[in-house]
Amino acid sequence: MEIFNNLIFGFSVALSLQNLIYCFVGVFVGTAIGVLPGVGPLVTIAMLLPLTFNLPPIPALIMLAGIYYGSQYGGSTTSILMNLPGETASVVTCIDGYQMAKQGRAGPALAIAAIGSFAAGSVGTLLIALFGPPLAEAALKFGASEYFSLMLMALVAAACLSSGDMVKSLAMVVLGLLLGIIGTDVNSGMARFSFGIAELTDGMGFTVIAVGLFAVSEIVKNLETKERGDVFTSKIKNIMPTVADLKSSFWPIVRGTAVGSFFGALPGTGPAISSFSAYMVEKKASKTPERFGKGAIEGVAGPESANNAAAQTAFIPTLTLGIPGSGTMALMLGALTIQGIAPGPQVMTSKPDLFWGLIASMWIGNAMLVVLNLPLVGMWVQLLKIPYRWLFPSIIMFCAVGNYSINNSAMDLYLVGIMGILGYILVKLECPPAPLILGFVLGPLMEENLRRALLISRGDPTVFFTRPISLAFMIASAAILFTMIMPSIRKRKIEAYEGGGGGGP
Amino acid sequence: MKVQLWDNKDFLAGLLMIGIGAIAFFMALDYPFGSALRMGPGYFPRVLAGILIVFGVYVGWRGLRAAEQVEGVWGWKALAFITVSLWVFGWLMDRVGLIPSLVVLFFVSALAGHEFKIKEVIILATVMILFAWAVFIYGLGLPYRLFWWD
Repeated sequence: MEIFNNLIFGFSVALSLQNLIYCFVGVFVGTAIGVLPGVGPLVTIAMLLPLTFNLPPIPALIMLAGIYYGSQYGGSTTSILMNLPGETASVVTCIDGYQMAKQGRAGPALAIAAIGSFAAGSVGTLLIALFGPPLAEAALKFGASEYFSLMLMALVAAACLSSGDMVKSLAMVVLGLLLGIIGTDVNSGMARFSFGIAELTDGMGFTVIAVGLFAVSEIVKNLETKERGDVFTSKIKNIMPTVADLKSSFWPIVRGTAVGSFFGALPGTGPAISSFSAYMVEKKASKTPERFGKGAIEGVAGPESANNAAAQTAFIPTLTLGIPGSGTMALMLGALTIQGIAPGPQVMTSKPDLFWGLIASMWIGNAMLVVLNLPLVGMWVQLLKIPYRWLFPSIIMFCAVGNYSINNSAMDLYLVGIMGILGYILVKLECPPAPLILGFVLGPLMEENLRRALLISRGDPTVFFTRPISLAFMIASAAILFTMIMPSIRKRKIEAYEGGGGGGP
Repeated sequence: MKVQLWDNKDFLAGLLMIGIGAIAFFMALDYPFGSALRMGPGYFPRVLAGILIVFGVYVGWRGLRAAEQVEGVWGWKALAFITVSLWVFGWLMDRVGLIPSLVVLFFVSALAGHEFKIKEVIILATVMILFAWAVFIYGLGLPYRLFWWD
C-alpha cells in the first residue's frame, strides 16, 4: 500500500526532534493565544506568521499548522468555560458546552471536545493522505478555464454559506477581488490602484489585510463596551467523562466528522458552516431534541468533531490544487510562497517531504493537543483572568512588529491602520470580512486564469461551459447560488446559524 | 421608530460599496480596457467595480425600504487611538529604533481602553518590551536598532 509508505515517510520527517519541537511550540502558542477572547485562528496566524519567516520551509509549515489547530482548539475551551466563542466556528459549542459548565460538568465537556477533535482530526489526516495524491494528479490536467471555474465556485460557496447576509457577502467578495488587483499587472506591467505609492506597486501584503480587517476591528469592537468581569473561576473537577457520556457521544463524533470532512474539503466553506450543520444534524438525529440548549453532550461532541475535521480537510484543496478554501488557508499558502515554494499540484511530487511531513505532523499535533489540554486546562483558564486592557496593547504590539518585519517598511503599518478603519466600519455595517479576504487572495489568480482561458479560446466565453470539468464547477456554483436564493432554504440557513442562538454575539 | 439615514445599517453599507466602486471605476478608466480576447489591465477592474456598484445600489435600496439601525455604539475613540498608535509606531521605527517606538505604541494604544492607569501601563510596557526584545531581536535576530544612537 503506497499510502502507508507515504505516511511512514511522513512520520519519519515529522518525528525528527527539530520538527517535533516546532510542532509543540506551534500547538502550545496557538492554544494559548486561541484561548484569549476575540482572537481566532486567522488573527493568531497573521500575527505569528512573521515569526516563521526565518525557519526552513518544513518546520515553518509544521509550526503554522500547529498554531492553526491549536488556536481552533483554544477557542472551544473559552466557549465552554466562558460562553465566549473565539470565532464563528465555536459559537455553537457555547450553546450546550456553557450549559454543561454551569451544571458543574465543564470537565466532561472539555474532555469530549478533546476526544472528538482528536478522533475527527485523525480521520481528517487520513483523508488527506488518501485523497490528496489522486486529486493532485487530476489537478495537473486542469487548464486555465477549470481553475477559473473552480475559484468562482469557491467564492460563491464562501459568500453563500457564510453566516452573514448573502448579498453583502457577495459584495465583500467583489471588494476583495478589487483589493487583490492593487499592484502591477503581470501582463502589461502597468501599476493599478497604486495611488502613486511606490510600495503599493508590489501589491498589498496579505498580513496587512488580515491584521487590519480582523485584529484591529475586533479589538476596537471589544473596546466599545466596558470589560465584562464574569470569569469562570470555580475549579474544574472530574475531567473524565462517564461511560454514559462516551456512549452518547460516539455517534455524534462519527456524524460530526463526516459533516466536517465534507465541508472542509469543499473550497470556500470551512469550520464555521461545518459546526453549525453538525449541530443541526445532532438535533435532528436525537430522540430527545428538547435537551439541546440545556447541556446536551451531543451538542458539544458533534460540532467540535466537525470543526476539527474541517480544519484538517481544508488542507486538501489548499495543498493539492493550490487553491485556499478560507482566509486561514490563504495565510498558509502565503507562508509557502514566502518560503519560495509555488503552491499547486506539483508540491506533492517536488516536495514530498514537506507534504507528507506536514500531514504526519498534523496527527502528532492533534495528539499533543489532547495531552496538552486536558491536564493543563487549569492553566489556560488562568490566562482568561488577564484583564483586556493589558491584552489588547500587547496584541497590537505583535501585529505592529510582525507587519513591520515583513518589508521593514513603515508603509505597511500605515496601510494596516487604513484597513483597520475599513474593517471596523464593515463589521459595524454587518458586512462579513471573511469572504473579502478569500476574494483578495484568489483575485490575481482568477484574473490571470480568466485572461489565459479566453486567450486560448480566442475570446470565446463558452469555453467555461464546453470543457466538462469546468462545466461541472459552473453548474455547482449556479446550484449553490440558486438554492440559497430559494426562500425555504435561506430560512433554513438562518435557522442553522441561529440554531439555539442566544449564545454567541 | 424612525431610523435616521446616518444610522441606517444597510443604507450606509450600500453607500460605502457605491463609493468604493465609483472610485475604483474612475481610476480604472485610465487603464486600457482591451477586448474579451485580449483583456487589457482595465477590463477586470472595471467589470468588478460595476458589479460592486450594482450590489451597493441594491443593498442601499433595501436599507431605505426596511430600515435597520446600526447595532451598539461606534467606538470612534478606540479606533482613533489604535490606528494612530500603529501609524506612529511605523513612522518612529524608521527614525528612533525599536524601544522608543514600542513605548509610544503602548502609551497611545492603551489610551483606547476604558481605564488608563499610568502605573499599569508603565509596567505592562516594560514587561512586553523585554519580551519583544527577547523574541524579535534575540530569538529571531531581526536587524533593528534598539535606540537611535545604536
